[in-house]
Amino acid sequence: MGMNSESTLTRRNFLGAVGATGAVCVAAGLVGMPSLAQAEDAPAVNIDELVAKDLGPGKVAMEKVKIDTPAKAENGALVRMPISVDHPMEKDNYIKSLAVYVDDNPKPLVGRFDFTPESGKAEVEMRIKMAKASQVRAVAVSNKGALYGAYLKIEVAEGGCAG
Amino acid sequence: MADIGEPKVRGPEKPLKKGEVALIKTLIKHPMESGLRKDKASGETIPAHYIESVVAEYGGVAVVKATWTGAVSKNPFFSFYVKADKSGPVNVTWKDNKGQEWKEKAEIKVE
Repeated sequence: MGMNSESTLTRRNFLGAVGATGAVCVAAGLVGMPSLAQAEDAPAVNIDELVAKDLGPGKVAMEKVKIDTPAKAENGALVRMPISVDHPMEKDNYIKSLAVYVDDNPKPLVGRFDFTPESGKAEVEMRIKMAKASQVRAVAVSNKGALYGAYLKIEVAEGGCAG
Repeated sequence: MADIGEPKVRGPEKPLKKGEVALIKTLIKHPMESGLRKDKASGETIPAHYIESVVAEYGGVAVVKATWTGAVSKNPFFSFYVKADKSGPVNVTWKDNKGQEWKEKAEIKVE
């Protein structure tokens, strides 16, 4: 804190235009959030622990999940995020939940999606905010507790207002 | 806050065969304030104001439920699928962290 806060604010003034509400983005650990100060260097939260808490314990198999987004986003306030899980959606064998995390956002969890066999397909699309370049994780859990995931590093040309 | 609400839900225009999956697209106006931003003029933190749940009901079942944080972009677009079993509405309900609620629906037609 302190020394670089002012230059940071100046650098971030343009982001008010992105938000279009005349407000300034305050990213993790920069201004007014001393408890998150260390998040600039090392993530303050362990995403693996979040996954275990949100979806259940176990090893995440790097298969079946696809994040269909370009590796470079032009605008961090609006990052298109289509995610699909290639898995049957049958009565006794379906994807129960999908959670999306941005590792370097102040609050990594973006959202969680709960499905039923009647969903027919475990696939969603949304737009998310990213403060800066980060790894994005999509982790799905089946009704049997099997975890599947996809991790994708996304570059951000202009940072959005983080979560 | 004028720019809030006006929920939209769109499903397939054409009738589907039973068992086919239907793409449902939704859109709503909402600031999706994370509670982590500061007002430029006053320097005060802008209070969190975001949609925290979106539920889609079809045929008496909550088919898809989304639980969001303030990291979802403003005026959130959200799409998902439902398996078309019979003609009827897909009812979508959005709720934000201030207790405001919006509902909109799309009709699914099954041949």
